[in-house]
Amino acid sequence: MNIRVLLDLLVGDAQADRTVPPTGFTARLTVFTAGAMAFLAVFALALSLATGRLADRWSAELARTSTLRISAPADQADAQLRAAVNVLETTPGIASARALTNDEQQALLEPWFGPGLPLDTLPIPQLIEIIEQDDGYDAIGLRARLQAEVPGAVLDDHTRWREPLIDAAGRLRTLGWVSILLIGASMVALITLAAQAALAANAQVIRVMRLVGAKDIYIARAFVRRFTLRGLTGAAIGTFFGMIAVLLLPSADVAGGFLTGLGFQGFQWLYPLVIPLMGGVSAFFATRTAALRMLKEQS
Amino acid sequence: MIALDNVAYHYGGAELFSQLTLSLEPGSFHFLTGPSGAGKTTLLKLCYGALQATSGEVRVFDTPATALDRDQIAMIRRRIGVVHQNCEFLDHLSIAENIALPLTVSGRLDLMENLTDLLGWVGLAKQMDQLPPELSGGERQRAALARAVIMSPDVIIADEPTGNVDWEMSQRLLTLLVELNRMGKTVLIATHDLNLIRTAKSQVAARVLRLKGGQLLQAGAEL
Repeated sequence: MNIRVLLDLLVGDAQADRTVPPTGFTARLTVFTAGAMAFLAVFALALSLATGRLADRWSAELARTSTLRISAPADQADAQLRAAVNVLETTPGIASARALTNDEQQALLEPWFGPGLPLDTLPIPQLIEIIEQDDGYDAIGLRARLQAEVPGAVLDDHTRWREPLIDAAGRLRTLGWVSILLIGASMVALITLAAQAALAANAQVIRVMRLVGAKDIYIARAFVRRFTLRGLTGAAIGTFFGMIAVLLLPSADVAGGFLTGLGFQGFQWLYPLVIPLMGGVSAFFATRTAALRMLKEQS
Repeated sequence: MIALDNVAYHYGGAELFSQLTLSLEPGSFHFLTGPSGAGKTTLLKLCYGALQATSGEVRVFDTPATALDRDQIAMIRRRIGVVHQNCEFLDHLSIAENIALPLTVSGRLDLMENLTDLLGWVGLAKQMDQLPPELSGGERQRAALARAVIMSPDVIIADEPTGNVDWEMSQRLLTLLVELNRMGKTVLIATHDLNLIRTAKSQVAARVLRLKGGQLLQAGAEL
């Protein structure tokens, strides 16, 4: 669809438009359908983008870090800690290794045991946070060295539970895109049905138009323009309210749940603006195809 | 202009007519008569491409009708003005807009200036802003005739144009059709109204055809 066609479509031919009588019910139905679908599409888009961000964040944050856990008798704890740090600092691919303080360990346990945990009196393993370099390190080699030099150390490179999380986020993102496709397909189907109903209801208009020498494309254009503008208008309204609804979602970072991250960030707020355009384009092709097919069948 | 050569038409498996031959020469005036159900309307529709013959050949402006695609049929209809018995208007448009519809769909807005003269010619200047349902039967027939001729077609085909009007109005419509014929238009009128045919024959050299029993015959001297 080039610019000229688009402009013709938007500006229209007032005379041609008037040949089709106004149809209040199908007009409202089409606008409502396009609006509802666009509203849902905004949420599906927000879901896709949020899950994408989540997958990226989990991947980035967890892929670059590992944890070393040292469970040793109290009298050997310091020695094993020093030995472990020494091993880690001399392992290629590790940027830094830092033993967590008691406060940090307590903060990690606080969600499960509550505040004021007497950490000193409990046999809590010592944790070491490992930050990797871009190329990462050889986990198998490191485990072998640790087994020899720090018998009480267990290396957790997060792979075991990071991959299912990223996989889950990826599936959610796919689900979001599939939802958008289904919403688009539903909108096309409903607009096609509404257009066919309008064409069937205007059989006399079509008969008269043919009698006076109107070509199929001329007859179709009057319906196509009307339904395209309805699709565009409905989708614009739905998108507007969808974006408002997303904007009003709680941003309770404290809770840290997934849903609090559902929304758009920065330039992503421009993405939903494509939805009305897609709605209009979908309505254009759906109505044009339905109209030309029906006119061919009626000839 | 329009020629039917050995044409047959079957409807629902039954033969409506066969071996039908007809030629509409430029500037000729034809009446088509016959009993109800004989196929007069079908024959007219074959002439303007609304139906395709079951067999035989229909030539419209020297082109076989079977060779015409839908766009070409639309173009043909701009050269053939058609008046239906029940007129068929767009009821949400004014009479002026309905009469101008052929100009609108063909993009011939340069001919729009003829509209006022045409409305005056058919006596509907005062009714131009009214909607079709607000007009009487005679007014609607005159409006349909005006719409049929606004593109200055070569052929005018009218299906029972006086079927819903009184005698006085039918004479008025006939006068308009005779005037068009004198302007060089080919006219084909399907009608039951024998009085209309007799009156016309006193004004114009009309050929009368009778469609009966699937055959198209030249009508006798009784008309």
